[in-house]
Amino acid sequence: MAAVTGEEGRGVAVSTPHRTSKNGSTNGSASLNLNLVEAINQALHLAMERDSRVVVMGEDVGRNGGVFRATDGLWQRFGPERVIDTPLAESVIVGAAVGMAAFGLRPVAEIQFEGFTYLAFDQLVTQAARLRNRSRGRFRVPLVLRAPHGGGVRAPEHHSEAPEALYAHVPGLQVVIPSNPCDAKGLLLAALQQDDPVIFFEPKRIYRAFRQSVPQEAYTVPIGAAAVVREGHDVTVVSWGASVHSVLDVIAKHGVDDNNSTDHAASADGIGHLDVDAVSHLDVELIDLRSLKPWDEETVLHSVEKTGRLVVVQEAWQTGGFGSEIISRVAQKALYSLQAPPVLVGGWDIPVPLAQLEREQLPSSVRIRAALAQVMQG
Amino acid sequence: MTKPVPTSPSTIGNSTDPDLGRRLEHSHNGVAHSLPSVSQSLVELYRETPPVLAPDGTQVGPFPAGLTPADGVTLYRWLLLGRVFDEKAVHLQRQGRMGTYPPLVGQEAAQAGSAYALHPEDWLIPSYRDHLAARMRGLSFRYTLMYWMGIEEGNRIPDDVQVFTTAVSIGDQLPHATGAALATQLLHEKRAFIVYFGDGATSEGDFHESLNFAGVYRLPLVYFCQNNQYAISTPRTRQTASATIAQKAIAYGFPGERVDGNDVFAVYDAVHRALERARAGEGPTLVEAVTYRLGPHTTADDPSRYRSKDEEEIWAKQRDPLLRLRRFLQSQNLWTDEDEERARAEAVAEVQQEIAAAEAAVQEAKRHPEQIFDHTFAKLPLYLQRQRQEFLTVTRGDNGQS
Repeated sequence: MAAVTGEEGRGVAVSTPHRTSKNGSTNGSASLNLNLVEAINQALHLAMERDSRVVVMGEDVGRNGGVFRATDGLWQRFGPERVIDTPLAESVIVGAAVGMAAFGLRPVAEIQFEGFTYLAFDQLVTQAARLRNRSRGRFRVPLVLRAPHGGGVRAPEHHSEAPEALYAHVPGLQVVIPSNPCDAKGLLLAALQQDDPVIFFEPKRIYRAFRQSVPQEAYTVPIGAAAVVREGHDVTVVSWGASVHSVLDVIAKHGVDDNNSTDHAASADGIGHLDVDAVSHLDVELIDLRSLKPWDEETVLHSVEKTGRLVVVQEAWQTGGFGSEIISRVAQKALYSLQAPPVLVGGWDIPVPLAQLEREQLPSSVRIRAALAQVMQG
Repeated sequence: MTKPVPTSPSTIGNSTDPDLGRRLEHSHNGVAHSLPSVSQSLVELYRETPPVLAPDGTQVGPFPAGLTPADGVTLYRWLLLGRVFDEKAVHLQRQGRMGTYPPLVGQEAAQAGSAYALHPEDWLIPSYRDHLAARMRGLSFRYTLMYWMGIEEGNRIPDDVQVFTTAVSIGDQLPHATGAALATQLLHEKRAFIVYFGDGATSEGDFHESLNFAGVYRLPLVYFCQNNQYAISTPRTRQTASATIAQKAIAYGFPGERVDGNDVFAVYDAVHRALERARAGEGPTLVEAVTYRLGPHTTADDPSRYRSKDEEEIWAKQRDPLLRLRRFLQSQNLWTDEDEERARAEAVAEVQQEIAAAEAAVQEAKRHPEQIFDHTFAKLPLYLQRQRQEFLTVTRGDNGQS
């Protein structure tokens, strides 16, 4: 399989636009115009065709095709033995997947929403993550755990969380989160080549937000390689998942707040005096991390050394979140390159609000613009 | 109130009818005021294994199919080896040569009777006290010792041994067994799995999730519960209000069987039949072996805080599985005091050899501490390569040359 972008282990500048259907493929072969959830579906079809050990399991993944239709058509195509409708029990979904993986299969387990991965937390942390280590390599866990991620779709309580840092903290797990259909397909196929567990978060807010030209054939996007979505010289912005698009909104001067968050956000942060309008003229370098564990430290450090300024935008809670890990690493490795203190734009440290006010939790254009203004002033 | 109309068992089907639940749902649609009774089918799912040996060693029932009194000799040698190993392991801990250790004393017949029923192609998924069962599957005691002495290599099960890694988190291994059995079913392999756990594990959510899943998919799996009466200090009566653990299988739609766990032949009988069912594609079975942990939970535990000497005495003097089997064998002129001495000496020699091997492995592991980084992933990622390098240069001060 050829990587669609770049070489393994290194972040690369990509021309793949995040919102248009131009370009983005490799070698001019046939391509499909897919949204993110369709790209995942297509990757699963390809993987199951190519490798009979790949089985899909989870709640409602079979006949129903998954509540987001990510597994649509697999049950009809590959049958109930390989597309397994499980009882409603997250711990045994993951625990059984560990056993299946250790005994020769490549399970792709779906947890219906990220907020329900906590029911399987023990099996993920205590078992999936460490079986290889604790058996000194005798047993391995080539498990891909898929779960929709994040808020912004007015879902019920517990359906809109961003828990990636919990899993990135755990030795033995890999954590990826694509921000577009091309990456979603390539990262999922890369995850399926791993001999170790991968937590594959799918930003549900952009499941159907836009389409992209996705190569029809199988290809991989290397795990651990960031994408430089846009090169720039003034400031480095690091983000992942759906938040990449919140940043793109600002860069594309769609900066009018499109999600009903109010302007008081800026003044509430005590940065109301900053010139947030000026940020429209900034030359932003935007890095889509794509993988959180392992994460592409080199690409971020290289960028910060060039721009001297860093903003991290995440949907997840701020305290102990992955943005803090990035800022910590930059402080350890590139402090003297910084011309201003880094700024973290993250979800507030509160339970994700219910539907009517959940947008207040997401990194809004207002807050991103304020952060850019702050980092340029510092 | 309308009295439920009993439906004859023949229309409900037998107790292992896979479609019972579905047909009841459907029949529900056609019944105006009552559901068909299923009580008889449910009762049929619960069984008690007929005893073979009374606690004093008297034979009270027929031998299970395929076993002869001569198998008793083989089994007794295993029981004795388990007992000797356990004594030596506790001694090692007391001497400071091993860390915390969970003794198996009292549970030898439950472990040996069940492991003896396994075929070579079957797999054993153990808990943390199943040293004898694992040994019978070919896992040398050195691995058990290495693990409890504190090196991961003890959990590196050799490639030719069909035993899964030791589970420590209570009940976590049950879902693994579910998945392993599901994999075997999907790959059309002819083998059964047996998963070991204790009475405490039956309170865990993973127990219920695992049994439920296995029942739905009729997996080739035997759930083997060694009910040793205590989860550390908490007695069985504080784990569940159920009269038995075996009856819990009824809720998941497959048989549960309760057996005297200190009657090695009866244990074999129950597990043998359960494995046959599994291999024949008839689905899982829960076997509850009622036994007693004669020792502490681990060497860090003091049972005098939660149970009486009188109770311990009854189990040690009147229900010891070794005494029971030895008395039977002696009554059949199959075992002498000389046999006992010789078998014990052989067991001691094996265990001492294994202790030496384990202690050598520990020393070897300590000479290469950087190996703690190994095996976290198939390939050491860059960030771990860096941390390993830092460990070598800063912590070890050897400039990363080793």
